[in-house]
Amino acid sequence: MSEISLTIDGEQVKVPEGTTVLSAARKLGIEIPTLCYHPDLTRHGACRVCEVEDVAHNRSLASCVTPVIEGMEISTRSRRARKARRRNVSLLLANHPNDCLGCDRSGTCELQEIAHDLSIRTREIEKYEGETRDITPDKTGPALKREPNKCILCGRCVRICEEVQGVSALQFSNRGFDSIVTTAFDLPQSEINCANCGQCATVCPVGAIVEKNEIYHVWQALEADDKHVVVQTAPSIQATLGEEFGMEPGTVVTGKMVTALRKLGFDRVFSTEFTADLTIMEEGYEFLARLEGNEKLPHITSCCPGWVKFAEHNYPDLLNHLSSAKSPQQMFSALAKSYYPDLTGIKPEKIYTVSIMPCTAKKFEKDRAGINGGPLKDTDAVLTTRELALMIKEIGIDLNHLPEDEYDELLGKSTGAGTIFGTTGGVTEAAVRTVKEKLTGEPLERLELGFVGVQDKEIEIGDRTIKVAIVSGLGNTGELLKDVREGTSEYDFIEVMACPHGCVGGGGQPLPVDKEKKDRRAEGLGSIDQAKTIRKSHENPMIKKVYEDYLEEPLSRRAHRLLHTEYRRRPKN
Amino acid sequence: MACQCDNEKKNIEKYLQPLEEILNNYQVPAESDIDLKKKKKKDSEIDPLTKKKFLIPVLQEAQDEYGYLPEEVLKRIADFLELSLSEVYGVVTFYTQFHLQPRGKNIIRICMGTACHVRGGSQILNEMEEQLGISSGETTDNLKFTLETVACIGACGLAPVIMINDGTYGRLTPDKVPEILNEY
Repeated sequence: MSEISLTIDGEQVKVPEGTTVLSAARKLGIEIPTLCYHPDLTRHGACRVCEVEDVAHNRSLASCVTPVIEGMEISTRSRRARKARRRNVSLLLANHPNDCLGCDRSGTCELQEIAHDLSIRTREIEKYEGETRDITPDKTGPALKREPNKCILCGRCVRICEEVQGVSALQFSNRGFDSIVTTAFDLPQSEINCANCGQCATVCPVGAIVEKNEIYHVWQALEADDKHVVVQTAPSIQATLGEEFGMEPGTVVTGKMVTALRKLGFDRVFSTEFTADLTIMEEGYEFLARLEGNEKLPHITSCCPGWVKFAEHNYPDLLNHLSSAKSPQQMFSALAKSYYPDLTGIKPEKIYTVSIMPCTAKKFEKDRAGINGGPLKDTDAVLTTRELALMIKEIGIDLNHLPEDEYDELLGKSTGAGTIFGTTGGVTEAAVRTVKEKLTGEPLERLELGFVGVQDKEIEIGDRTIKVAIVSGLGNTGELLKDVREGTSEYDFIEVMACPHGCVGGGGQPLPVDKEKKDRRAEGLGSIDQAKTIRKSHENPMIKKVYEDYLEEPLSRRAHRLLHTEYRRRPKN
Repeated sequence: MACQCDNEKKNIEKYLQPLEEILNNYQVPAESDIDLKKKKKKDSEIDPLTKKKFLIPVLQEAQDEYGYLPEEVLKRIADFLELSLSEVYGVVTFYTQFHLQPRGKNIIRICMGTACHVRGGSQILNEMEEQLGISSGETTDNLKFTLETVACIGACGLAPVIMINDGTYGRLTPDKVPEILNEY
């Protein structure tokens, strides 16, 4: 491929043909503001915030979509370029609520940051008089809240939902000034084919799509004298929470996080990894039964509630392939309101269960019909990583300066098999470890699975070869599931995670985020698994104890009542 | 009373029958039938195996059949073309030629172009709204009239001018409106 030479702000640069002006500038360390541009998505060129001037051709251009041409003389600093960017940002702000202080994204809003960097002042915005949008927010969703008045029509949510997730729940509708990003027939989020994965919220540069905040309810429970509040933290949180406090992506903060949760007033701090191990036991035995009965293969995982809802809408005919095992969150909560009261003598009605999740779909999952093991709600509240960080900041704690602490023992101990639940491939690896040992007594070497897209592997178990596939990002499931539907799938076990990169790339994780950051989070999480001594779920002493004391054996009647669930057909559109 | 689900299902099937006939004309070749040379090569080319390229002609034919684009029809179109409903909805709301609400038997278009504006087009509109009891963009309850404004119909010499279906009425004054409506 030929090289193109051009100058940017007086500096000579040579870049391959096809490079955009924006990439060429960033290569030189020249920063140009962007809003609709996102490194993981196709280029759109809608917001015009990245305008620069090509002096050689006397024109102004959007740098994120314009490929370089020979002899360009780009100025990012000329009067024309600077004025164009100021004008375009001011125009966005002129039809934006600008109530930044009360906005969920205050402090993490990209528009706010750009307006700040360009020092846009109110008088500049007020120059543009005229109509402003007035659309009712959609707060009906179980997981996400949409406020179209804040939307700047950058289309990042539309693109991630279509290109990466293959769902297309959100689209542009109407035209001109009336253009909005909305659902089909403007239906509320709760009534559409949305998987609640929250990827839209991770790319929204402003506060137009955010998770449904549950902080208030958690504070209420923490402050109530008669509530015993137990918290579980999902495996991936320990590798991402640090980012909210300025740490490098992938920094492991397990001990500091436990201390912070105690300081917030949680009565017991447990790890979801314990029930991740339990999920592996139940799911592993289920997989064994399928293998031996030779029916309904492949076995497909069900620990990701975004994937489960996607399957209910798009593959209702394949629901019998899904494991009936509940997700680790729901297994934990079911035990917290049954086994845990038995052990501690605390009445189940007094127990309030909070889970810290990387995920917005978990908020939906907790209220699914038939998800509860008993008459009470198993999971009372779900907080995302971002919401937990807000609570920690509210009480003036800087995570960086906290001492480390240990999880509470009873439901806290995990094996490391559970830890890697937080990246793609983790579930499969953990389940196969257990299954292989059960069948052959031999340990399983590390699978060394990658994080991205579709991966597969063959594993020798005794005289049988097991073929596993791992897929993350709902948009990557198509080919695999088409084969399952047509009965031609070569796989025995398929793991699906709705979000690209699995839970480390979840809809509730710190912002902003891109592929590179997710890779580093996954590496951080993987390092914990390497460090742990017991790495097989069935060797976890707590797991042994809970079966001896309470559940008897995997797939027992009690296990079925508490730890398994059912799925239902939902309309495609 | 016994469950009516079956009846409802049959009714919808019957309702969608004309649509199925339209969709029948929009098939793509089977993957095995397609010449390898003809397979999509570049991103900019239209993939011969995808059906989504038929969206606009399908919507046009369906609207001709049903008079507008009901939700059930759009759902079926989305399924058939392997698109999500929101994508179809996005296209339908983008183009003014598509309608999500039933339309009147007679379409009244009031010209709001410069010449008509100067010569009192808005008074004609007001009188129409008064007479029909609806606002611009709406349809009467008896589905007799739909009232719309248009930018210019190219008959400025007749300003203020309106069209009802294919007929033109020029040099109007508000008092002529009831008489004109009586013709329909």
